[in-house]
Amino acid sequence: MNTTTHYPAAPAAQSIEAHTLSVIVDNEPGVLARVIGLFSGRGYNIDSLTVSETEHQKHLSRITIVTRGTPMVIEQIKNQLERLVPIHRVVDMTVAGRSIERELAMVKVAADAQKRPEVQKVADALGARMIDESAGGVIFEITGGSDKIEQFIGQMLPLGLIEVSRTGIVAIARGAEGM
Amino acid sequence: MTTTNKTGAGAPGREMTGAEMVIEALTDQGVQHIFGYPGGAVLPIYDAMFQHPLCKSDKLRHVLVRHEQGAVHAAEGYARSTGKVGCVLVTSGPGATNAVTGLTDALCDSIPIVVITGQVPTHLIGNDAFQECDTVGITRPCTKHNYLVKRIEDLSRVLHEAFHIASSGRPGPVVVDIPKDIQFAKGIYSKPEKQFQHQGYKPRLDGDPNKIKQAVEMMAQAKRPLFYTGGGVINSGPHASALLRELVKTTGFPITSTLMGLGAYQASDPQWLGMLGMHGTWEANWAMHDCDLMICVGARFDDRITGRLDAFAPGSKKIHIDIDPSSINKNVKVDVPIIGDCGRVLEDMLKLWRANKAQPDKHALADWWKQIGKWRARKSLSYKNSNSVIKPQYAIQRLFEATKGRDTYITTEVGQHQMWAAQFYGFEEPNRWMTSGGLGTMGYGLPASVGVQLAHPESLVIDIAGEASVLMTMQEISTAVQYRLPVKIFIINNQYMGMVRQWQELLHGGRYAESYTESLPDFVKLAEAYHAVGIRCEKPGDLDGAIKEMIDVKRPVIFDCVVDQKENCFPMIPSGRAHNEMILGDSGESVDDAITEEGKVMV
Ligand SMILES: Cc1cc2nc3c(=O)[nH]c(=O)nc-3n(C[C@H](O)[C@H](O)[C@H](O)COP(=O)(O)OP(=O)(O)OC[C@H]3O[C@@H](n4cnc5c(N)ncnc54)[C@H](O)[C@@H]3O)c2cc1C
Ligand SMILES: Cc1ncc(C[n+]2csc(CCOP(=O)(O)OP(=O)(O)O)c2C)c(N)n1
Ligand SMILES: [Mg+2]
Repeated sequence: MNTTTHYPAAPAAQSIEAHTLSVIVDNEPGVLARVIGLFSGRGYNIDSLTVSETEHQKHLSRITIVTRGTPMVIEQIKNQLERLVPIHRVVDMTVAGRSIERELAMVKVAADAQKRPEVQKVADALGARMIDESAGGVIFEITGGSDKIEQFIGQMLPLGLIEVSRTGIVAIARGAEGM
Repeated sequence: MTTTNKTGAGAPGREMTGAEMVIEALTDQGVQHIFGYPGGAVLPIYDAMFQHPLCKSDKLRHVLVRHEQGAVHAAEGYARSTGKVGCVLVTSGPGATNAVTGLTDALCDSIPIVVITGQVPTHLIGNDAFQECDTVGITRPCTKHNYLVKRIEDLSRVLHEAFHIASSGRPGPVVVDIPKDIQFAKGIYSKPEKQFQHQGYKPRLDGDPNKIKQAVEMMAQAKRPLFYTGGGVINSGPHASALLRELVKTTGFPITSTLMGLGAYQASDPQWLGMLGMHGTWEANWAMHDCDLMICVGARFDDRITGRLDAFAPGSKKIHIDIDPSSINKNVKVDVPIIGDCGRVLEDMLKLWRANKAQPDKHALADWWKQIGKWRARKSLSYKNSNSVIKPQYAIQRLFEATKGRDTYITTEVGQHQMWAAQFYGFEEPNRWMTSGGLGTMGYGLPASVGVQLAHPESLVIDIAGEASVLMTMQEISTAVQYRLPVKIFIINNQYMGMVRQWQELLHGGRYAESYTESLPDFVKLAEAYHAVGIRCEKPGDLDGAIKEMIDVKRPVIFDCVVDQKENCFPMIPSGRAHNEMILGDSGESVDDAITEEGKVMV
């Protein structure tokens, strides 16, 4: 029996890759809705999304999106983003290579005086910095690649993790050139 | 948005209201007709129109439609038949939501239109005010771009930008939402910039010379080449069609086209294979399947074309010329992508072909044409005619014969009649064929014909319609009557939603759920009620006379052509099959056998 339809079948299992895209946009009302609407409307994934104005005079924002898909889908995502009028440039940091990715997390841990040294030891080992200390808990700030943050959170879990707030990934290319 | 804001003439702008700016900007953009419908949130613009010298002198004419969807389709027909931007004015809330189908249609088919919507005053936005809706939110996914203008200082720039974006690159619909207080506010009007500059929006027009070189070399070596062209050639303008014709003639290659590209190449030419795809000809689809070089010009590998992707033109190399990078490698991976305007790229290809003194592989090409001749001999569009009942294909053939050599424009609704029109009406020129391809919007054809007729008052404009589709926007015949637009609504009346009936026959065991219309209006009386002319024809023998009568009447006509109710549209690539597995009308293969269980899922 024929197992296909006139509509193209879903592509045969291709490797799914995670890519980080840096996007320069006009910081105008609705621009984020356009980007997010594009992803939801076309069924693309968003693993992480960060946005902030980076050039105030020019009203330009930089969006960093981590997404997943087959190489063909990733290429589509880039091309579809470039169709949006307020978007100036899209660079696939993963393809361009040589880029640095960082994330910041604030991690709240319930650590009484007894547990605190142990907590502090783990934090020191991963370079997390204590930024608040109150009666029942402490807050750490940690910056690094997502793996490192995952690792820190994983280690804090049994020690009394209360909550986590993460920025999502930002990325920048090495070398002297700008986007 | 960062644009330079020089006034074109260098003169300081004049002060005026936002509403007046709309009229100034439209005329500065060359708009002569605007399709619209008034309401509270656009009253200042209508008031300005009532008084403005540009409107009093008929430089800008407003056409009052009967439904906002009709306004947008009329603007689409206007745009597609002229190459200009179509323009629409509607009110907030229901006016804007009624326009959404037309906007989506224009986005799918890359039609340049600018739709101006009224909005509640800025201080009420977000308050659930009367007739408020989130127009930019609703229309974001169905426009190329849209704007909400919250400052009078931005209005003239945004209006000019809207026209530029709608018409450049890959064309599409643009919405400008203008709150009522902005229409009243006064500001300085600036003329369009001579040179539009925008950081983020720079469509690429010239193809990469290296890629073009590679393409031309591949063409000279091809043994079984085929041009597969589409709506992009029409978008690029008549110039691109002329270049395409030259390149096809110079190379001697066969050519087929999508539904959207009909007319770019003349249908009467021997190198023309007819339309390809789901309802394409035997020779076009077999040539696609067997070609060794596919030269795709302004077409987007739509699923009606490719069928099964794993069996799509398996032995071919592919060149793809498209202005929109997102059309390339979307469905089908190609070997030589060329991003650019197809007019410019075709010109470069032609130049290079000549400079290289390139010669096609004549021997191989002769064999290829011999093979194509065999496929052609299959006469895949043939049907069994009848003396007693009008066959729909026959009706369109007679219509074509009666209008041949005349200055004719054809629009369609959606369904079997649309496919038969594509198969049996031969188009010799671009911009003569207006149809809803991507969205497949029933109700497109009648209002589109109104827009076409307005742009071409002396021409013959015919909507080849289905009785079900045409009832969706029938009220626009009233617009045609009001503006003395002698459109001909040629209804292929099979009493069924024929395309749905065909699928039910093929896929659902002949269970015709809700596809038969029990109670149709008397179309002749309906025409008369609208002060149009009604004609009915039921016998093949009467057809030519009735068509002549329709053409001779210089008023809008509704022509009720009563046809065979059970006719199916063939050839057809059924679900679960590839290009070389078409079924034909006279093939004797039962359609039940042709479609697999899994195939039934598809439509
Ligand atoms: C009932 C029904 C049945 C249908 N059956 C068929 C069928 O059998 N066969 C068929 O062909 N279609 C059929 N269609 C239509 C089909 O759905 C698509 O609309 C159509 O195939 C798309 O045509 P296209 O590829 O030419 O693309 P279009 O939608 O016309 O897109 C044009 C392409 O050209 C590009 N472009 C635009 N401007 C330029 C420029 N200046 N330079 C270069 N590139 C440019 C665009 O980026 C885009 O990729 C059917 C529709 C309906 C409703
Ligand atoms: C607005 C809209 N609703 C539903 C459909 C689905 N549809 C496609 S063709 C068709 C039947 C059209 O019937 P008719 O206009 O009589 O044309 P015929 O196929 O009989 O020639 C329908 C319902 C559509 N394309 N558009
Ligand atoms: Mg019908």
